[in-house]
Amino acid sequence: MATEFHNLQDMQHTASLVTKVFIQRDYSEGTVCRFQTKFPAELDNRIERALLEQTVKTLNSYYVEAEKVGGQSYLEGCLACATAYIVFLCMETRYEKVLKKISGYIQEQNEKIYAPRGLLLTDPIERGMRVLEISVFEDRGSSGSSPSSSMSSCSTAR
Amino acid sequence: MKNCEYQQIDPRALSVSPLSAQNPAEKKVQRPRRKWEAFPGKNRFFCDGRLILARQNGVLPLTLGLIVVTSGLFFAFDCPFLVEHLTVCIPVIGGVLFLFVVASLLRTSFTDPGILPRATADEAADIERQIDTSGSSTYRPPPRTKEILINQQVVKLKYCFTCKMFRPPRTSHCSLCDNCVERFDHHCPWVGNCVGKRNYRYFYSFIISLSFLTSFIFACVITHITLRSQAKKGIVQAVQESPASVVELVICFFSIWSILGLSGFHTYLVASNLTTNEDIKGSWSGKRGAEESGNPYTYSNIITNCCATLCGPMPPSLIDRRGFLPPDEAIPAAAASEMELPPFTPKSDANMEENCQEFSLSCTA
Repeated sequence: MATEFHNLQDMQHTASLVTKVFIQRDYSEGTVCRFQTKFPAELDNRIERALLEQTVKTLNSYYVEAEKVGGQSYLEGCLACATAYIVFLCMETRYEKVLKKISGYIQEQNEKIYAPRGLLLTDPIERGMRVLEISVFEDRGSSGSSPSSSMSSCSTAR
Repeated sequence: MKNCEYQQIDPRALSVSPLSAQNPAEKKVQRPRRKWEAFPGKNRFFCDGRLILARQNGVLPLTLGLIVVTSGLFFAFDCPFLVEHLTVCIPVIGGVLFLFVVASLLRTSFTDPGILPRATADEAADIERQIDTSGSSTYRPPPRTKEILINQQVVKLKYCFTCKMFRPPRTSHCSLCDNCVERFDHHCPWVGNCVGKRNYRYFYSFIISLSFLTSFIFACVITHITLRSQAKKGIVQAVQESPASVVELVICFFSIWSILGLSGFHTYLVASNLTTNEDIKGSWSGKRGAEESGNPYTYSNIITNCCATLCGPMPPSLIDRRGFLPPDEAIPAAAASEMELPPFTPKSDANMEENCQEFSLSCTA
């Protein structure tokens, strides 16, 4: 999370936040965590559809893995019950482990794909798993150099 | 109204402006504040945000007190006699049950039930934009609902005016705690907290183990009095020798009916993957005439339902109580001019709880 904030600050020096686009949850399969793969119109000329779709699909698959009701979750549940739930004080649950993987994935996606296009993904866990927030930045045209990402591609006329 | 340290983010101030408006000297005086200190719901936090409880927890001490007192009387007055005349297993079993009951109870009470954090200003504005409101903004618009399909079943999502978002399915807003809670079951005054997605299994194990404990104590006390009256040839004399047993009998007798009934009811709910809220409202049964109970969340298999509800993965807390508030969120530029900021003084641990209670009270005043 510290790195993400650092990127955002970097971006804020050379670019201004134009708008935020929200990808809402998809409840067609129940209460399991899933985001809509519908491409938001505001990002039409900012990023290729396939890339965003790929990111959302990968995130969805991570959440499916986290919430899978299977052998490991039963074991965890039974162990926790047997120890009167004290085991949770020492052990990290599977869900938390997957969440860490997800935040690593989002950071990597931001660095490789989204920051060069002037976009920034916010980890859904920071928004209470309600939305996948994409912040859209635009280069102010300042001469400040940003070592982490090249902003020249962002100065397209809107 | 006392000046709140929590400043509501002005929904009109959409753009994230740089930190230029903030007084740099003031920034240095602030100590980093944790997110629980600015939590908008009516909750109390202990141990620096590790434990969460509803604001009105009046009956939790009573629950704990009844359990501890009854068990204490049992161990002190009945167990010596029973160990002598029957077996040493009795206090052992009683002890294990008692510890399990107390652990489950505390776990239920102090765990975040699945509170959904309120929507940020940007999200709220985005949702408002998507909903067509062509009326004047001086009155509250009619209740907003959104219909979605879940497993080929139409489900209505309601808009929560307090949290400024469309509630996910099975989520309900608890007016006592002023929070939207996922998979909301009910607000239980006995445990002093809402029962929702994250603590339902603890609640269920609490009532099941409590049923066992009360039945066990009840049976043991009856055995004790019976054995004593046989030895002394008279119930009255037996009772006179062990008056505590009568107290336990009375408490257990009255609790057993309600606890066993509640356990049975919740077992039914777990087996059909329903929440108390849905069952009471009759969301999935009867209303549509001849149609079968259309619960879209059930797995149609009792065992799968039980496993999914009780042994499913443990979702994390979404409200991040112990995270630090970023300094720019604490004081938005738009509101800074209107509000007089109270001087930040380092809080001592001793006053922390009182300050937090004052805090949460003042924010909802």
